[in-house]
Order: sequence, then structure tokens, then C-alpha cells
Amino acid sequence: MRVSGRAWVFGDSIDTDVLMPGAYMKLPAAERARHCLESIAPDFAASVQRGDVVVGGANFGMGSSREQAAEALLTLGVGAVLARSFARIFQRNCLNLGLPALVCEDAGEIVQSAQLEVDVAEGWVRVQGGARWPCRPLPDFLVRMVQSGGLIPHLQQAQRARNVAQENA
Amino acid sequence: MIHGLASTLAEKIIARASGRGQVRPGETLVCRVDLAMIHDSGGPRRVAPKLAQIGAQVWDAERVVVVSDHFTPAADAESARILKLTRDWVRETGAAHFYDMQGICHVVLPEHGHLWPGMFAAGGDSHSTTGGAFGCFMAGYGATDMAGVLASGEVWITTPETLQLWIGGALAPGVSAKDLMLHLCASLGTDHNGQVIEYAGPALAEMSISERMVLTNMAAELGADTALIAPDARTMAALRATGREPPEALRGTDAQIFARWRSDADAPAARAEVDAGALAPQVAAPHSPANSDAVGACAGAAIHQAYIGACVGAKLDDLHMAAAVLRGRRVARDCRLLIAPASARTTSQAAADGTLATLTQAGAILLPSGCGACAGLGAGLLADGEICISTTNRNFRGRMGSPNAEVYLASPYTVAASAVAGCIADPRPLLAERGVARPVAGAA
Repeated sequence: MRVSGRAWVFGDSIDTDVLMPGAYMKLPAAERARHCLESIAPDFAASVQRGDVVVGGANFGMGSSREQAAEALLTLGVGAVLARSFARIFQRNCLNLGLPALVCEDAGEIVQSAQLEVDVAEGWVRVQGGARWPCRPLPDFLVRMVQSGGLIPHLQQAQRARNVAQENA
Repeated sequence: MIHGLASTLAEKIIARASGRGQVRPGETLVCRVDLAMIHDSGGPRRVAPKLAQIGAQVWDAERVVVVSDHFTPAADAESARILKLTRDWVRETGAAHFYDMQGICHVVLPEHGHLWPGMFAAGGDSHSTTGGAFGCFMAGYGATDMAGVLASGEVWITTPETLQLWIGGALAPGVSAKDLMLHLCASLGTDHNGQVIEYAGPALAEMSISERMVLTNMAAELGADTALIAPDARTMAALRATGREPPEALRGTDAQIFARWRSDADAPAARAEVDAGALAPQVAAPHSPANSDAVGACAGAAIHQAYIGACVGAKLDDLHMAAAVLRGRRVARDCRLLIAPASARTTSQAAADGTLATLTQAGAILLPSGCGACAGLGAGLLADGEICISTTNRNFRGRMGSPNAEVYLASPYTVAASAVAGCIADPRPLLAERGVARPVAGAA
């Protein structure tokens, strides 16, 4: 599973209220996403392209459990999120929605708008014509879950298997 | 323990929930969930479509608690729709425990005896860490994770490393658990992903259940997976008083529970220490709880609003702290003091013991119980350029209204003292005038 796009670089401790302010929680997903990161990067939501890679510093996604923070990035077409470290719930939310979120200790080396390629299963990121850095590999079952589109498709498969087993019982 | 190896409290709970003899930090495994909590914001409106997609029913309606606290009471038609959808979902699924506008989930759950030592619980909210005050391993999850829990009764976790945090000394008058947590956000940092914080020590032993809940609640601000406090006599007294029984597998005498749900002395863990006695009241400047320092660093800073609310900062003890400062005093003319008690029960107890009268006579405006302004949803939001001092747990940019507003975090003492002064103020001189030594009630 590979993702290619431009880098959008952010600093440390980007929180869920910056990613998705509470005031927009009642809006439909597509409208909500237009406010993603608006207080620190007003042009992000309008300019981000499908496949672009969000690159954070330490503790990316700190704060609320609101899945809308991860969902907004996905809705805008973001292909992967890399960070020096993640807040636990935010990283789970990304993976559960099928958005690759990988810890890359060298994320600080990546510059704004660099053209990136990320290999999710192998765990690395490469700058076009330049350096390649390792990302911490996800456990195999999480790679499979992300590849299948997240936790819901994963559970659908499990449910189908249970239904078949019941019919055969 | 099996294998004769020492384990921490977190590892013992995860071992039981995952059906292992023993677990070690870093192991990723699947746990059976004793209880699942969802609320109106991340709950039915988001999980119902996902359950339908999976084609699954709720795995065990008896183990599901639903709390409507984010959009309560409905301030517009969309909020009303969300609350109605939540009620309808509870009826359709038969979810056994529903608290509709009874207060904030993290306070309502223990009030009604849903959390017990040794439980492995999943909460659809980041401050679900609060449950750790009852010796229950309860972490926060997003909506898709909670849909998975509701469908299967299971969730995967990576066993966290335990950080044992020893709280030495004793808190000085006018200093509270909130001050301790703000100090820890600054001194320990907010990036403790992969750790569970287990609090212990003499200052902890002296704390009321309400104050212990502040420690576990704000473990979320430390970025920890969750937090734990081993049960003691005070924990069990509070839980037994709820009238509810623990899940069958976790029943026992207090002595059996204490022996079962504690860390082994020689269990491998990271360790840190803090001296509660050395602590002054703390204030976190905008826009992070980690921007905390002693109140003197920003004393005198102008404020427009003082807010006493949220799961962390509007329990009965918190209202008592505010009342200790406000009794016989008035809120400054150009400042507004808003108080949203954490639960309906808190309101009724504060009405019965005279606390509400003290607060309103000082000029406080009472708001409904719920997440309210803390979550950027209810009454009490801020305009561009406005400054608020608040008992809540997060002061991220844009959280409480305008992205151009500023929020300072502090204890109920400090927020009340600031409301009286009309600017950020140290509560200790006001408390000392009264000769109030330790005005916090010991009750849960």
C-alpha cells in the first residue's frame, strides 16, 4: 500500500480542537471538513490534494476522542499522516477509518510541499529524488485492517464468517 | 501471580480481560469488555450507521451505558434531533442503562455504581480515563472503535507500560488536585502515549474520591493511555453507597478486592515523584494545559468570564471550593461567573447543603449540567478577544467558542477568587481571611 502526495508540515502538539473545532460538530462531514486546521492553516482545507501527506511533530492529534478530527483529513483526501509521535486515540481513529497514520522519528526532516511517497506495509517515507526515512511498522493485522478500508470492513468480514458458520451449524 | 512474576495493577486487569495468565507492556492483544459507555455526541448518531454496516446487533445490552451530556439541553433543532436519535436508539437496542440529561458521563458513571475495581471498560470519550479512580481500567476510544466494541464486546489494545507516580507530602490549604495536575502537565509533559499512570502516595490517600477523579481525568491531558488508583477503604465506601453490585466475577469482600487489585511491589514500572506540599495554586495560560505555572506568574491578568464546569471541575467538592471563596463576597462588576454543576445529583446535593445559595448570592449564574462550554457546545462560549478562566481540563485554541478567545485553566478556588477580583487572583489570601484551613468536603 503506497501513498504519494505533497507534504503539509505542522508542528508539535496539534490538538483535536485545531483539527476539528467542537463548534462544527453538528455540520455534515463535507462541510465540517472545510474547517479542518483553519485556525493555524486557513488555506489547508481548500488547497490540500488527494493523496497529500500531513506531517506532524510530537503528540499529533492530542485531546479529544472525536473521530471527526481524523475523518476530516480523510474527507479532504489526505492519503497518510506521519508524525514523530501520535496521541493514542487519534492514531487509532485514523487506522480505524483506513487512513494510514505512521510514527516517523525523522518527520522533522520533511519540508513543506515536498513530494512524498509512503509505503505503509513496509514502513518508510521517501522524498522524491531524495532521502528515505523509516517509519515504525504497524502490527500485521493493523496493516491488513487499513488496507481493507478500516475497522468496519474488517468487522464486516468477521460478521459474514460468523453468519456462514451459523448457517452451517 | 501465575508464573510467579510480579505484575502492575494495569497488567492484572488486562490479563484477566484478555484471558492470559500474565501480560507484558508492548503486547498487543484483544480484551473482553466489561462495560461500554457511549454519549450523545460520539454515540448512537455515529455508531448506529456503523453497526448497520457491519450487520451486527449490540453484543450485550446489559453492559452498555448511554449518557446524553454533550448536546443537553437542546439549544437548537439539530441538538434536539441528536438527543431524540439517542433516545430512540436506546429504546430500539434495549441498552440497559440510559442517563438522559443527568450530567456528564464521567461523573454519572461512578455516581450510579457502574465502575468497579478490576473492570476493563471502554469509553467513547477521551476523559474516560476518569474511571481509573475506581481501580477500573477505562480508556477512551473514537466512534468506530466503539462500534467495534458494541458489535463484538472486544477491543484490541497494546498493553501500556505503568508509570507509578508517587505523590508525597500533603496539599496546602487553597491547593487542590487540579493544581497538581496542571503542574504535572508542565513538568511531565503531555506525550505519555503508551503509558498508564498509577497514582499512589500519602497525598493521594488523603484525597476525596472527587479529587482522585481529577487526577485520573487529567491523565488524558498527560497523553497517557489511561490512569489507575488502587482501591482503598474510601473507594469501596463510595462504591458500596451507590447500592449497585459489581459484575459477578469481580465481587468479594473489601479485603479480597484490595488484595486482588493492586500492583505487586516488585512489578517492573517507570517511577516518578512529586511533592504535593511544595505546590502553589497553578494556572495554565492559553492554549495548552502544559503552559502551567504558579498563579503569581499571571496574577492580575484581565478576564471577562470565569467558568466553573466540566467533568473535572464542577463536582460537589469543586462547588464547595468555590463556595469557600465566594461566601459573603460578590463577583466583580465587569466579570461574569458561570457555573454548570457536573451532574443533576451534584445540583441537588449542592441545593440541599446550601452551596447553591452561596454561589448565586455571590452573583454566579447557574447553567444546566452537561459538557457545555467546555466542549464548545453549550452556553458560556466566548467572543473574539474575550478571556476566560475556567475549571475545565483543556484550553486548546477554539475549544470554547471563538478561535480568537483565550482560556486559562485553574482550580475552583482560583477561578472563584479571580471572579471576585475581576482578574486572575491567588485564592489563598481570601481563604486565609476566613481562617479556612481545608474547606474541601471529604465525601465523594
